[in-house]
Amino acid sequence: MLIASFKQNIDLYTVENNPFKFNLPPTLEHIRFLFTQTRFVRWLGNTALVGAIVVVITLLLAVPAAYALTRLTGRWGQRLGIAIFLTYLIPPTLLFIPLSRVVALLGLQDSIYSLVLVYPSMTIPFSIWLLMGFFKSIPRELEDAAMVDGLTRFGAFLKMVVPISVSGILTVVIFSFTLVTQEFVYALTFISPEANQMVGVGVPIFLVRGDVYYWGALMAACLIASLPIGIVYNLFLDRFISGFTVGSVK
Amino acid sequence: MAIVETRHLTKVFKQGELGAVNDVSLTTHEGEFLVFLGPSGSGKTTLLRMIAGLETPTSGEILIGGSVVNRLSPRERRIAMVFQSYALYPHLTVYKNIAFPLKAQGVPKDQHRKKVEWAAGLLGIGRLLERKPRELSGGERQRVALARAIVREPAVFLLDEPLSNLDAKLRASAREELERFHGSVGTTTIYVTHDQVEAMAMGDRIVVMNFGEVRQIGTPAEVYDEPADTFVATFLGSPPMNLVERDEVIVGFRPEHFFPVSVLAGRAAIPEPMRAADREGPYVPVGLRVGHEEYLGAERIVYGSIEGGPFHGKTVVSRLASTLTLPFDAGGVHAFAVSERHLKFYDRSSGKRTTPRSVAWR
Repeated sequence: MLIASFKQNIDLYTVENNPFKFNLPPTLEHIRFLFTQTRFVRWLGNTALVGAIVVVITLLLAVPAAYALTRLTGRWGQRLGIAIFLTYLIPPTLLFIPLSRVVALLGLQDSIYSLVLVYPSMTIPFSIWLLMGFFKSIPRELEDAAMVDGLTRFGAFLKMVVPISVSGILTVVIFSFTLVTQEFVYALTFISPEANQMVGVGVPIFLVRGDVYYWGALMAACLIASLPIGIVYNLFLDRFISGFTVGSVK
Repeated sequence: MAIVETRHLTKVFKQGELGAVNDVSLTTHEGEFLVFLGPSGSGKTTLLRMIAGLETPTSGEILIGGSVVNRLSPRERRIAMVFQSYALYPHLTVYKNIAFPLKAQGVPKDQHRKKVEWAAGLLGIGRLLERKPRELSGGERQRVALARAIVREPAVFLLDEPLSNLDAKLRASAREELERFHGSVGTTTIYVTHDQVEAMAMGDRIVVMNFGEVRQIGTPAEVYDEPADTFVATFLGSPPMNLVERDEVIVGFRPEHFFPVSVLAGRAAIPEPMRAADREGPYVPVGLRVGHEEYLGAERIVYGSIEGGPFHGKTVVSRLASTLTLPFDAGGVHAFAVSERHLKFYDRSSGKRTTPRSVAWR
């Protein structure tokens, strides 16, 4: 991907050339094309905005919901959690038709907010299920102790449960954001104007014209779009795998 | 410091089922070390959690320091609790763990360090303040949990089996430390355990519980020497009290009060205290068919069954000091005896203590 982004077209299309090295001098032509001839920057911005809003909505709803389901409703919480998770398994290809009616009814067609509305329906169930696993691993006695020590239940939740399950919450953030950047069906069906596209749809639509593939620009677009997520993943990798609660209880 | 009182306290978890705690009324003394003792599922932890405010009672009242606290949340009850698992906050250092209650209760920040250092000093963990809980040993964690409990000088301490996660050796020293700690702080303490040794060693009084009910409240000597019913009689003591039944009555006697007749006659070497305590008669002679014997170093446990008389065939145990070297051959019948004043009588249907009566043993 990296090499293809900077290869001249002639280099790229000559079958005899070694694909793993620059046979001709590298070029910034594709990057320039991407930033001047398409609305790639705008798409990136749309994606980032939708991603951020979706992440916030997901956290606001999934964290308290998962906590309530793990702690307060006893045996039914677990079943309800599974039921919620099952809704996640319904594929978007089935749902986009009824959802497009909903979007149209709300007057959100062609707006990025249609996606802000729809994406949480996929991120929240999965996040609830994921967070329930994290919250379950937090011993109840920790919250009891925090409440005896002077916090309200909500305080104990904010100051104990959330900091301890920070790796779970980060996982949710990254999962939701990744989903927003890569989702295709909804982004394709709900939004047509070029300026409002998400990066995952705008790039293939506008860089594949008929049967002409702008391979260099496509690769460059993918590279740029995936870099931030790659960096974030690597930054928090240790958080994902760290046994964070070890030692609190025996 | 305060007195804790419960009035007809009941907790039912599932409608229609027997309560986890049933109609418990008890009152602590000022500065007392009160132990809730019972097997698992006896409701002792539920009772403690209700006093802490972590469970809502189904009915009944809880009073701390003379006022009803049923409607107060845990943080408003001026209690401190040490949990079985210690429940140290894993993401905070020891210092922050200990300072946590101060912070949560809005104690001005400039007082924190002084108080934390006082509490840490009292428990000898001053050098651990910058560590995280996972870097501590079991004993150190327990001390941190205690320091966190005392730092805000609560009215009542609630301890939920704090020693059960320690290994046997550490447990003995931690027990001693807890006793010393209670002695120096003098705060009313309620301690939950299923370990009768802990209860006997530490408690000013013991509340013996079973199936959510209080079976007996008394000093360690009272509950051991004068058990109120057959449950208390068999739960305390290892091996438990011998119980043999006949008609409407159950006769009980401690294994240590049941020994060979030869001991009485002074024919075998026996430790002086035992002889002195049991010098007075009259004695009930009992034939014992010896089954097997366990040698435990300091003592010998002889298992067998009564031979002859109305109690023929009933299994009984004798606990002898191992300084008594008299040999017992398995299968043989030996002349044993028990002092009449050590016999306890229980009603067979209710299990409750009844008046002494004469029982024909032959």
